[in-house]
Amino acid sequence: MLNTSTKTPTGGFSFENTRRNAVLEANLSEKGYSAPNARKTGTTIAGLIFKDGVILGADTRATDDMVVADKNCMKIHYIAPKIYCCGAGVAADAEVTTQMMSSNVELHSLSTGRPPLVAMVTRQLKQMLFRYQGHIGSSLIVGGVDVNGPQLYSIYPHGSYDKLPFLTMGSGAASAISVFEDRYKLNMELEEAKQLVRDAITAGIFCDLGSGSNVDLCVITEKTVDYLRAYDQPVQKGLREGTYRYKPGTTAVLTKTVTLLTLDVVDESVQVMDTE
Amino acid sequence: MCGLLPGVLQLRSSFKMAAALQFPANVSTLNTYNDLYPDWTQREVSTGTTIMAVEFEGGVVIGADSRTTTGAYIANRVTDKLTPIHERIFCCRSGSAADTQAIADAVTYQLGFHSIELDEAPLVQTAASLFREMCYRYREELMAGIIVAGWDPRRGGQVYTVPVGGMMTRQPVSVGGSGSSYIYGYVDSNYRAGMSKEECLKFTAEALALAMERDGSSGGVVRLAVISEQGVERQAILGNQLPKFSTV
Repeated sequence: MLNTSTKTPTGGFSFENTRRNAVLEANLSEKGYSAPNARKTGTTIAGLIFKDGVILGADTRATDDMVVADKNCMKIHYIAPKIYCCGAGVAADAEVTTQMMSSNVELHSLSTGRPPLVAMVTRQLKQMLFRYQGHIGSSLIVGGVDVNGPQLYSIYPHGSYDKLPFLTMGSGAASAISVFEDRYKLNMELEEAKQLVRDAITAGIFCDLGSGSNVDLCVITEKTVDYLRAYDQPVQKGLREGTYRYKPGTTAVLTKTVTLLTLDVVDESVQVMDTE
Repeated sequence: MCGLLPGVLQLRSSFKMAAALQFPANVSTLNTYNDLYPDWTQREVSTGTTIMAVEFEGGVVIGADSRTTTGAYIANRVTDKLTPIHERIFCCRSGSAADTQAIADAVTYQLGFHSIELDEAPLVQTAASLFREMCYRYREELMAGIIVAGWDPRRGGQVYTVPVGGMMTRQPVSVGGSGSSYIYGYVDSNYRAGMSKEECLKFTAEALALAMERDGSSGGVVRLAVISEQGVERQAILGNQLPKFSTV
């Protein structure tokens, strides 16, 4: 019989199983197995505020350790008609968090009878992430336009937030922020701003192993939302130069043996598919 | 899901045998949160920081640097660590960004509610007590060092410090955060009781500049605020305008 804990339960979230998991993982690794890893999005995500609104950008690579799990995933998630959210960190966490938030925002908006505020979305997200003390590994950039104008917030897994005119997050954040720090100006025009976000994400794609494939952009203004999927493809798959086909007869055949495999019919039955 | 079952049964049997084995060294009975930190999340966002508050006749001067770090990366170089809790009560935040933001939000709500009930401006001591209650009760889970400063009609300008652990004490001048260690000497030797508002502003700006020079986790701009009966005046001293001391 294992020792059972004699501590009185304090209510709320219980982390007792984390110790059990650590012991199990240690025992597993002794036998040569490893516990499954959560898939991270690697990622470069960025956002900036320009003259008429907000532009969010993201790469489209999802990695599973050192293998690309998804070459064209969508990291810019819908929250509300004029509020979108880029997610970095653990893919599942970012996806589910933003979906839950989208439902909550819709309900809240119906309850108040007003279009949602970006600050409200940020508050709900950060309160949820703080409650889970960083175990939900999603870093988010929330951007949108509401009655107070265009706004941009970043939220870290532990629940802290920053409100800034330009932001980058994810493993490629350092590469992307350098582009922003060099060329960002207040009240930029649309085309210049789109080019800048594209360049920042491209910097992440080239300089960070966890980011790659295409650049997605989402331009949010008071009047419209433009979701530009695969706005740019900085890395094209290389074309093969030569052919690796050999003429029949290149390799000399020394011997040839033919073995017939006899297969007996054991059982023959027909199962009708239920299409009702 | 079905694929899990055989594996789990295997584990059960090995676990019974393993009951005789010792727990691995990294599973301690103390603070589980720190020991089993999931390694796929980044380091927690910390405000690193140097914060400071000084009382003067008629109010308080508060100041902070503007750097927030995630490990060695600066997540925000223009952070505002001087957070309003009420009209004439501010708090200076240091430690974990998430923890201090959450605590400040909770106390803002509580103090606002209390102030409406009383139908008068809340006392700075009340705000400090609310911070202390939360920081002490959850001291194992939180990492927050907070300086509460403000002006109320009853006792004028006051500074209360609530460091990590949840103690609360009133001090005429208080420094906090990782950069504070470098300026205790400067503050102790240069503080005089009865300084004017301008002298306090200069004193705070210089102390913060010195700390930012030496502490890697502090930097950016110096944010200052003066809280008095007239209200709150805020200013920021940008990098190239910071007071300079060394010639090397």
